Amino acid sequence: MLSDISTPVLLLSLLGILFGLGLGWAARRFRVEQDPVVDQIDALLPQTQCAQCGYPGCRPYAEAIASGEADINQCPPGGEAGIRALADLLGREPKPLNPENGVEKPRTVAVIDEEACIGCTLCIQACPVDAIVGASKQMHTVIEEACTGCDLCLPPCPVDCIDMVELEPRLETWRRSRPAPKIALREPA
Amino acid sequence: MAEYLLILVSTVLANNFVLVRFLGLCPFMGVSTKLEGAMGMSVATAFVLTLSSASSYLVHQYLLRPLGLEYLSTLSFILVIAVVVQLTEMVMRKTSPLLYRILGIFLPLITSNCAVLGVALLNVQEHHNLFQSALYGFGAALGFGMVLVMFAAMRERIAHADVPLHFRGAPIGLLTAGLMALAFMGFSGLANL
Repeated sequence: MLSDISTPVLLLSLLGILFGLGLGWAARRFRVEQDPVVDQIDALLPQTQCAQCGYPGCRPYAEAIASGEADINQCPPGGEAGIRALADLLGREPKPLNPENGVEKPRTVAVIDEEACIGCTLCIQACPVDAIVGASKQMHTVIEEACTGCDLCLPPCPVDCIDMVELEPRLETWRRSRPAPKIALREPA
Repeated sequence: MAEYLLILVSTVLANNFVLVRFLGLCPFMGVSTKLEGAMGMSVATAFVLTLSSASSYLVHQYLLRPLGLEYLSTLSFILVIAVVVQLTEMVMRKTSPLLYRILGIFLPLITSNCAVLGVALLNVQEHHNLFQSALYGFGAALGFGMVLVMFAAMRERIAHADVPLHFRGAPIGLLTAGLMALAFMGFSGLANL
């Protein structure tokens, strides 16, 4: 009687485990090697996913740099220190930030004026890092730790209730500032 | 030999999985708006169907039957199909990036193609052996691919035709599929299995 239940349960569990192990093995065996340079570049980018570089996110920008399609000076949130790190990694000459992509700003976070929010969910759809919570016709709010300060939620808001505020350095948000460049950057001739 | 030929004729024409058995209608309607997509889907399905019907046969014959657990066949076949699709995707990605780029997005969709499960279950019902099962799967995929490509070619033309407003889009597609199914009724009796 008991075996009527236990045999099928055991068999299916065994099948599932076997298939899982097989797929796990296959995933290692048939892993596609990706360009390690892309990973290294991606690690240096600030991961704001703000798309100011002209690519949909940091990873696509890293891929574009690796393939030589994009230059290293298109990332305003990374700023001068970011360009310097990229130049070091790729053995290139550092150059000033391309003004077409924007200017370097202090780190900000989005704050929603909760009185004015009408709950339209448009900013939720625009947020590249899912840092806004809320539902239709409900008040929305920003998770401060997740917000990258990319400004992408500002244009879709129909009631302009989102403000970018400079981050007050608190104990949990304070970070040692990156060392300033030692030599002045030259404009490319 | 004649028997194998009969299986092929039966699955491709007389018992076509889409138009006679009405299995796999979801990709049939879903990926038939572009001819290239339909071709990619057909090739990917042929690949997976042949492999999965053979491996479902093995699972049924050597695991379920000896333990008297035939009633678990639906559940375990779904498992087998999902694994085969995943494995195919991994191997294809490694060995043939070109093929992966063409078929890549279609592969996961095949998991939910009910023709794949239908073939596996019918194999059991018809008491096919290993080779017959694989051939049955391949024939089913051939028939599926054929009508999918034909249907996609028609829909590409219909997209430019002056269709009455209320019939535009899916309705005219379903009507076309119905007419194709009627035409395929003419093959019934050609090969009875």
